[in-house]
Amino acid sequence: MRLLMQVAALVGFVCVGIWLAGQPSPEIHLNNLFAAPSMAHLFGTDELGRDVLLRLLQGIITSLTVAGGVVLMAAAIGVPLGLLSGYYKGWPDILLQRVSDIVLSFPGILLAIAIAALLKPGIENIIFALGLLGWVGFYRLARVETQAIAAHDFVHAAKLEGRSLPGILRQHILPNIASPLFVEAVFVMAGAILAEAGLSFLGVGLALETPSLGTMLREGVRTMVVAPHLVIFPGLALMFLTFLFNMVGDAWRDRLDKRSQN
Amino acid sequence: MLRFLGFRLLSMLPTLLGVVSLVFLLIHLVPGDPIDVLLGEFAQPVARDALREKLGLNLSLWQQYIQYLSQVLVGDLGVSLRTGEPVTQMILARLPATITLATSAMSFALICAIPLGIVGAWWHHKWPDSLARVVAVAAFSMPSFWLGPVLIFIFAVMLHWLPVGGYSTTSSVILPAITLGLAMMAVLARLLRNTLLEALLAPFVRTVQAKGGGAWRCLQHALRLALLSVLTIFFLQLGVLLTGAILTEAVFAWPGVGNLLVEGLHARDYPLIQGVILFIAVVYTLLTLLAEIVTGWLNPQVRVQGGQT
Repeated sequence: MRLLMQVAALVGFVCVGIWLAGQPSPEIHLNNLFAAPSMAHLFGTDELGRDVLLRLLQGIITSLTVAGGVVLMAAAIGVPLGLLSGYYKGWPDILLQRVSDIVLSFPGILLAIAIAALLKPGIENIIFALGLLGWVGFYRLARVETQAIAAHDFVHAAKLEGRSLPGILRQHILPNIASPLFVEAVFVMAGAILAEAGLSFLGVGLALETPSLGTMLREGVRTMVVAPHLVIFPGLALMFLTFLFNMVGDAWRDRLDKRSQN
Repeated sequence: MLRFLGFRLLSMLPTLLGVVSLVFLLIHLVPGDPIDVLLGEFAQPVARDALREKLGLNLSLWQQYIQYLSQVLVGDLGVSLRTGEPVTQMILARLPATITLATSAMSFALICAIPLGIVGAWWHHKWPDSLARVVAVAAFSMPSFWLGPVLIFIFAVMLHWLPVGGYSTTSSVILPAITLGLAMMAVLARLLRNTLLEALLAPFVRTVQAKGGGAWRCLQHALRLALLSVLTIFFLQLGVLLTGAILTEAVFAWPGVGNLLVEGLHARDYPLIQGVILFIAVVYTLLTLLAEIVTGWLNPQVRVQGGQT
């Protein structure tokens, strides 16, 4: 029942997203700048007289696009490396472990700031910068889980049957390690949404004309004294989004723990 | 203990070398020509060549690497493109402000986390615990670049109690310290609540109770055990605080190392960006080492296992 509700919410999100993608950008009205929230504009208008609610929804779509892109890139790098590293031990495993140690010795978004500083602002570049950090989590998880599964008899049997290595990894190991990887993906998305906002706030993320929670906060802070609603609403949206993903991730992890206990 | 210390120090050296190498490689790993981004697409070829030479990008990769390593070893992080000052000196000049901010944030986190944790454990599953939990979750999920502006708006713009930003008077540190320390406070409070709850149910506390010790004496005994684990996490969280300082300093125009990085980003001053990133990463690695040493010092089990592997 709960899963059904989550799926329904997700489908709803996607529908709203498709509808919004077809909407034109909020219009510029220079005679209606910094309007406080009212019935005509529920969340008020910004420094160019654009409707904040519409822009906020587009910003959320941007955040979700970035988060989705980061997860795809991180998983595409991390999962195959983790599978290989966990299945074969030896020097590639040791080498990859060292590399992931080094990436992890940079705190938080520090490395992403450095990478983003060398790239032009843009969605694809911010996905690149964050994906280059995010693979480590997938790699470590996939590696540990693969090690555990590879010790089972059915993997040995498949090997004795003469199955090829890609066949064993895809058919016997990947399905058994998929659930924890999905949980990781949800948390990576929460992290990516926050990181995008942080980078855009520092001015190395997205270009200012791209609607995103980070760029809206960056612009809003400059005019906060006259229009505090330009800071409050994007911030609340950001908290709501990361909270939502963290809750879903927690719930899925709990289900997984319960199932492995049974 | 000495053997453990030596082992930890030695095992950190390859990590440090890796960190330096990765920071060096960044400009080569990024797709496209970084000169385009640093100077803009319409820069004159003369200017492009000059910058390339200044950053040493005209040499072979190995030559650049050896040069960079030997410079970093003697503490030379290059020269800022914008001001011509040595980056190392710029960082050292900004360091005191960051240390002031970090220590204030830490103190704030500890001072608030301990009572919150005790309240949560003592009245667990009653309303004070739920309240403490709500405060902690809310504190943890607020990004600093939102919390900071909101605090500025309430306490500086509306109430005029505290300065808006900068570092002019002692009271300037209050809002940045709260912004930076709040997430750490939440983590520590929840951790203390959980470990204290476990400790309160431990046999030694029952012994205290059986010997006629009151609630206060039980709490004292349990707290001594619970605070140990809090201390370990506290040292690990110091590194997280350091990255948080970048965004917090940007919000409050705090003249620290984090803001130096932001100034470098806006000016596209790559040697400055590279230097500050390397500096923060190295300090973070050293703080992680410090956390491990403290853990080993407090917990002999870790010490023995760590020394043997």
